[in-house]
Amino acid sequence: MSMDAIRCPNGHVKYPTHPRCPECGEEPVETIDLSDRTGEVVTWTESTATPPGVREPNVLAFVEFEVDGTPVRALGQIADNADVETGDEVEPVYADELREPGVGLKPADADQEWDGYRFRLSQ
Amino acid sequence: MDREVAIIGGSMTKFGQRDAWIRELLSQAGEACLEDAGVEPDDVDHVYVSNMASGEFEGQGGIMNAVAHDLGLLPAYSQRIDQTSSSGGAGMYAAWQSIKSGASDMTLLVGGEKMTHKGTGDATDIIASITHPAEYKHGVTLPSFAGMTARHYLEKFDAPRESLAKVAVKNHENGTRNPKAQFQKEITEKKALESPIIADPLRLYDFCPITDGSAALMFCPVEVAEEYADDYAVVSGIGGATDTHVVHERDDPTTMGGVVDSGEEAYEMAGIGPDDIDVAELHDMFTILEFLQMEGLDFAETGEAWKHVEEGRTAIDGDRPINTSGGLKSKGHPLGASGVAQGYEIYEQLVGEAGERQVDAETGLACNVGGFGNCVITTIMEAR
Repeated sequence: MSMDAIRCPNGHVKYPTHPRCPECGEEPVETIDLSDRTGEVVTWTESTATPPGVREPNVLAFVEFEVDGTPVRALGQIADNADVETGDEVEPVYADELREPGVGLKPADADQEWDGYRFRLSQ
Repeated sequence: MDREVAIIGGSMTKFGQRDAWIRELLSQAGEACLEDAGVEPDDVDHVYVSNMASGEFEGQGGIMNAVAHDLGLLPAYSQRIDQTSSSGGAGMYAAWQSIKSGASDMTLLVGGEKMTHKGTGDATDIIASITHPAEYKHGVTLPSFAGMTARHYLEKFDAPRESLAKVAVKNHENGTRNPKAQFQKEITEKKALESPIIADPLRLYDFCPITDGSAALMFCPVEVAEEYADDYAVVSGIGGATDTHVVHERDDPTTMGGVVDSGEEAYEMAGIGPDDIDVAELHDMFTILEFLQMEGLDFAETGEAWKHVEEGRTAIDGDRPINTSGGLKSKGHPLGASGVAQGYEIYEQLVGEAGERQVDAETGLACNVGGFGNCVITTIMEAR
């Protein structure tokens, strides 16, 4: 498992991956794994009304990474619903099930990964 | 063919928890619109049905066919329009195109959604299914995006939390004047600020309810409108735009690019600017969205919309009333109906049929937002 971003020939970095760069339409030339980097919390929320199969409450954050001077953001759950503040430094931590597969609208075998990375405060 | 596009009639059902299912809701609004416009079913060339998820909500597809058949519109061209929460606005765009292009001389637009039979969790999941899989797997909901955006806005612009509550108070107050609104009760700022947290820092009263309902509008060329009505409205500008599917990929969480782009397109087509707008319906699915649209449409400087609300400028007796209908907050938000109902409120304001909500307006604007700003339609209408 990795947390893949793309870089296009014009230097744009985007997460998640897309077949073409959303900013300029060029084909990506490189994949960059964000999972071994640290990022900073841009904003967060604690959601107390969650859909079927999702933990309740669910603390979520926008996290900004920097790849060679270019910012790239990701949305993710905060591990253990820990207290976070804007500006905190966090790191990705793998979870094999972010929400229960097949409980909500999407079937378990849909075009949908169920594992991925949460964020925890940097150790 | 360069034709001016008129709106000559409209209707909406009572919004709220309704026993009727989607077919009945749509035909109620459609029938009332035919009557309001004085148009015979035989004269309808095109019918557009705005709806996000009748299949997911009640297992009913083919609803454009149902409406055309049930209202006696056959063999009119019929099409269902889905653009998530902006399906209604997208229907306005399709109806406008059909008249503007000459393809139709009389177009009925009906928008509707039946939602309340689903629990909040299931309804939230249906709506959250519009997100990218990389977002969905984290259990993100549209209210969660609103919570993260609201926190960022309040921190970035040093805006008081109370200003968001004031949006809810204002829109609830307007809703008391709208007999079709889901809620007809005033709330206090204190009540809003003490309501349960849904997506911190946003609370229950920062969110629109889950709603059943339908709304309709009748479109035709201005030359035809003259045969049917003394007072009508024209669509003088309309724009549609799309922003990123993945919300965190936007440069600035407090700027809705689709609002900016669709607004610019609509202003340019109408040949007017934000100062010319007398009344507006904005997509206040969440209180914070009213600020983001006011700024994206240049009603307020970036980071300053909250001041307009604090100063009462957006109140029904303010210099530019916003959401006289009660907005999605108080009127309710049956997904596919909302953009049409926004257009209906502006139409009523322009032809002087808004009753207790009537303001002095020659030019109005409606901004219908799909997803979390993912797709946006901005429509400008003028009185004739």
